[in-house]
Amino acid sequence: MSVTRGSVAIVGAAESDLGRVPDHTTPIDLMAQSAARALKQCGLSVKDVDGLFAATSQVRMATLSLAEYLGVKPKYFDGTNIGGSSFMTHLAHAHAAIEAGLCSVAVIAYGSTQRSVSRAAASPREYNAYETPYQPILPTSAYALATSRHMHQYGTTREQLAEVAVAARQWALLNPKAWEKEPLTVDQVLSARMISSPLTVRDCCLVTDGGGALVVVSAERARDLDVKPVYVLGHGEALGHNSISNMEDLTVTAAAQSGPKAFAMSGLKPSDIDVSILYDAFTINPILFLEDLGYCAKGEGGAFVSGGRIAPGGDFALNTNGGGLSYCHPGMYGMLGMIEAVDQLRGASGKRQVKNAHRALVHGNGGVLSSQCTVVFGSADTL
Amino acid sequence: MSPNESAPQSPYGRFLEHCARGELAFQRSRSGKALFYPRLVDPESGDAPEWAVSSGLGTVHAVTVVHQKDVKPFALALVDLDEGFRMMSRVDSDTPDAIGIGARVKVGFRSLAEGQPALPVFTVEGAAS
Repeated sequence: MSVTRGSVAIVGAAESDLGRVPDHTTPIDLMAQSAARALKQCGLSVKDVDGLFAATSQVRMATLSLAEYLGVKPKYFDGTNIGGSSFMTHLAHAHAAIEAGLCSVAVIAYGSTQRSVSRAAASPREYNAYETPYQPILPTSAYALATSRHMHQYGTTREQLAEVAVAARQWALLNPKAWEKEPLTVDQVLSARMISSPLTVRDCCLVTDGGGALVVVSAERARDLDVKPVYVLGHGEALGHNSISNMEDLTVTAAAQSGPKAFAMSGLKPSDIDVSILYDAFTINPILFLEDLGYCAKGEGGAFVSGGRIAPGGDFALNTNGGGLSYCHPGMYGMLGMIEAVDQLRGASGKRQVKNAHRALVHGNGGVLSSQCTVVFGSADTL
Repeated sequence: MSPNESAPQSPYGRFLEHCARGELAFQRSRSGKALFYPRLVDPESGDAPEWAVSSGLGTVHAVTVVHQKDVKPFALALVDLDEGFRMMSRVDSDTPDAIGIGARVKVGFRSLAEGQPALPVFTVEGAAS
């Protein structure tokens, strides 16, 4: 048994305040703020919410904390935490719960104050006796190891990686909410401070505060609300390894499983997608995901992103909000990627709006290329 | 020993004991497949895995030079041991940027921080292939 393509829709999608929030703001403040904004978009309120989904690295039992804060007694809840792709998984689970009649108005929420309290405090890493003593900078060194392998096997270059960062910056300059406000060149990426070779600080995502929320209801209920629904056409979830030492093939992520599942459910293929949001924690990520999701063959991701193709004005709309590299990265970015996809399909993306955007794919990544979850969204005319 | 303490030692405890003797220990599943990190349970059979000692020879599978404040840059690597398992370690070298994928390496043991036990670290044996 599986859930039905298009049977649920996003009717609210909102960011919390982003960037650097006032001292002592909590992750739950940001979850509640974005949830309230998302509910207002569709004329619903907290008292309508009977399904609650939340995760953050800073709060052990996020669904409990958010339920208490909002005064919600949810009929259905899920606090699965698999890192930055958690919210795609929440959406898949909310879809199943709504279709099974277990809840009717689901809120999925995320909040983080990692810039305010420091990354070390917001996201302490578990001790791994077989890795920690060697002092990797995690997660960066794990992604750097995967990058080294991709360069070795496929001839991917540092310049191609830098193109990902430069394109993200160009998109960010079109997004008033983006953290970065200055242009960036390939040379600046290459000559930036080395963190874990071949990745410089400009190959790495930002460290910001931020959060976001989605409101999910049945397609039937969505049509009664005064909002342009964005339909959930497909999703796929996959778990790989936990530690990078145990990643089966450093050049192939579990997106190679989650992507085909999401495409099969949606009835679409990569060439049908108008906007792609691929979690860019590091510059290697979109390259790997373009390959694993089937936009190009394995090993061709570096060439794919070259020559300004993924920048504004290029022929492939990728990470149109500026991504985790230049817009906002509170640690578990997947939620913000979904909000951008929804905004694009609503035509609400301002200067960065992709023309005739009807189908969007969002891919979430968690851990060290560990959990991979893919969602395909569509506007009403794709049903 | 209480009646519940059926296993006299944790997998990591035994691994460290081998390290202290200058041995890189790993395990094998019932099918003979090399298993690393050491586990209490063989995922294949549900029984305790077999222990074995590696030749300590391997090949650099992936490598990154880590730059930390106030620390000399060092090569962090994933090493494929000849017995068929992969582990994270260091490849000690005065020229860490010269460590390439495919380099043949050999295990040694040293403590990486004060108060820590000796752990496997590698040095280059041959040139990168």
